[in-house]
Amino acid sequence: MDIVVCVKRVVKTDSKIKVGADGRSIDPAGVEFVLNPYDEFALEEGLATRERLGAGTVTVVTLGDAAAEKELRTALAMGADKAVLLDAGDRQLDAHATASAVAAWLRSVPHDVVFCGKQAVDGDDSQFPGRLAALLGIPSVTEVLKLELNGNTFRAERDIEGAREVVECPTPCVISAHKGLNEPRIPNLKGIMAAKKKPLDKIAAQLGEPASEVASLELPPARPEGRILDSVNALVDALRNEAKVL
Amino acid sequence: MSQFKAPDFYLLDDLISDEERMIRDSVREWVDREFMPIIEEHNRAATFPMHLVPQLGELGVLGAGLEGYGCAGLSPIAYGLILQELERGDSGLRSFASVQGALCMYPIHAYGDEAQKQRWLPAMARGEAIGCFGLTEADFGSNPGGMLTRLEDAGDHYVLNGSKYWITNGCIADVAIVSAKFDGVVRLILVERGTPGYSTNTIKNKFSLRASVTSELVFEDCRVPKANLLPGVEGLKGPLSCLNQARYGIAFGAVGAAMAVYDEALRYAQNRIMFDRPIAGFQLVQNKLVWMVNEITKAQLLVWRLGNLKAAGKMHHTHVSLAKRNNCWMALECCRLARDILGANGITDEYQTMRHMCNLESVITYEGTHDIHGLIVGREITGENAIA
Repeated sequence: MDIVVCVKRVVKTDSKIKVGADGRSIDPAGVEFVLNPYDEFALEEGLATRERLGAGTVTVVTLGDAAAEKELRTALAMGADKAVLLDAGDRQLDAHATASAVAAWLRSVPHDVVFCGKQAVDGDDSQFPGRLAALLGIPSVTEVLKLELNGNTFRAERDIEGAREVVECPTPCVISAHKGLNEPRIPNLKGIMAAKKKPLDKIAAQLGEPASEVASLELPPARPEGRILDSVNALVDALRNEAKVL
Repeated sequence: MSQFKAPDFYLLDDLISDEERMIRDSVREWVDREFMPIIEEHNRAATFPMHLVPQLGELGVLGAGLEGYGCAGLSPIAYGLILQELERGDSGLRSFASVQGALCMYPIHAYGDEAQKQRWLPAMARGEAIGCFGLTEADFGSNPGGMLTRLEDAGDHYVLNGSKYWITNGCIADVAIVSAKFDGVVRLILVERGTPGYSTNTIKNKFSLRASVTSELVFEDCRVPKANLLPGVEGLKGPLSCLNQARYGIAFGAVGAAMAVYDEALRYAQNRIMFDRPIAGFQLVQNKLVWMVNEITKAQLLVWRLGNLKAAGKMHHTHVSLAKRNNCWMALECCRLARDILGANGITDEYQTMRHMCNLESVITYEGTHDIHGLIVGREITGENAIA
């Protein structure tokens, strides 16, 4: 089975971020970057699928600049067989442009299943997996919490409002992974040593026009100091007349 | 428990390779995920978490600095950083890895014959066989050359008599690498669990290294096959060369313990409100935190340089003595300052500082005490031997 896992280099969630001089991007100085945590679930599922089948290839792909090689090496250390960097330089791209570039590359390589994280923890827009499937004309199941493969059909479970939805989906398809699908493995030392010898191809990304662009980026306003009121009546009064939420 | 944030005040991450950083981060994550949730329980019960041994093997940390025989063949810096991360969890965990890798696998790798290497090294790297190292005796600590344990030729086998004390992993070991005098010359010999005349006892009621097995080894007319003698070394330099490997790891490990308590104290100081503000805002508390990060930074630089000297083949055993001595002392002082910042809360095991403090009382003592390492460096710089 040809398994492709889409990953993204993102700012570590506990980093203190600053808006860059252009007012539209994050200042990368002093910020730690990691593999998007949801993509770790996607990669683990790809690796586990290969192991359960006892055969297959896991290719990990990202769109970005040369710095993203670090995250690809991490994915190789976890056990991916090869990595592809779709080089887009330092251009900022939205989910549409990213999905278009990945879809263009995917049309040239065999893929029975494409695993993605349900969202990247930077943009948080959850757009990529669905757009990718639509561009490729294949089905997708998003935010998957449990997955089984029977022949050429995936049986996926996902949470919906008040219930668990079970979806069956033929390959090829796009599956986006939610936290809880599995526990991502920690790369062992031999895996890390082996990662530097695994193939990492750099290909110029086929970039279309983004459908949206970031106009400006601002940090959330500082939270005002809390206030302790001396009675329930005062609290109700404040909620009704100051906050106007009652 | 909040996620550990390692201090790196001087951006020393820039000095190590991507691969070394990945290795360190893998072990750090493993410690966070598998070890931190259970350590206090094991420390209370005075048990070693045996179920983690195969995981250590799978992760690849056992004998990670050795080449071949299923070992990872890592750089000295990577190997040191692994031990730093293990000791950030607990000195007992690092002790297990040090004994297995530096005191047992190293001598088999360096002085063993091919059959001994094939028999033990791959199994030990996987964590399927555990080793212990018997050098110290109850009455011979800083003076190992005075050991009483004797090896005698009995025709088709050797006979071993004597006892060893303060032996990490003794009761859980499948094989002991024992130092004994043969015709007055110290030799290293492998003694397998179950050999007639070989028994072990647990040293109980420790305040320190509670989550680590410490034992007595007893040899009473113990019949050891001749094939078990390590052929490649004679004299005290055999065991001392192993200690040099282990002390190298301790120098890194102590930094890990110091980083753990500094991180805990810093977090606490930023959140603990007294006189209506975080205690981190008071000068005396800041002074303690600054002392800690200052010494940790110096210690990090020291072991970084030590690792590079080792990689370049220029590391002298006195370099190791200086780093082991400094870093254990610095880590213990950090624990005392951190405990002070934690106030009364610091005396419970809700916080890890006193566990590390108690552990480090062993770490500053074993593998050459603080004073002995001072005298080793003293002898080197003055040319005068003040040890004995």
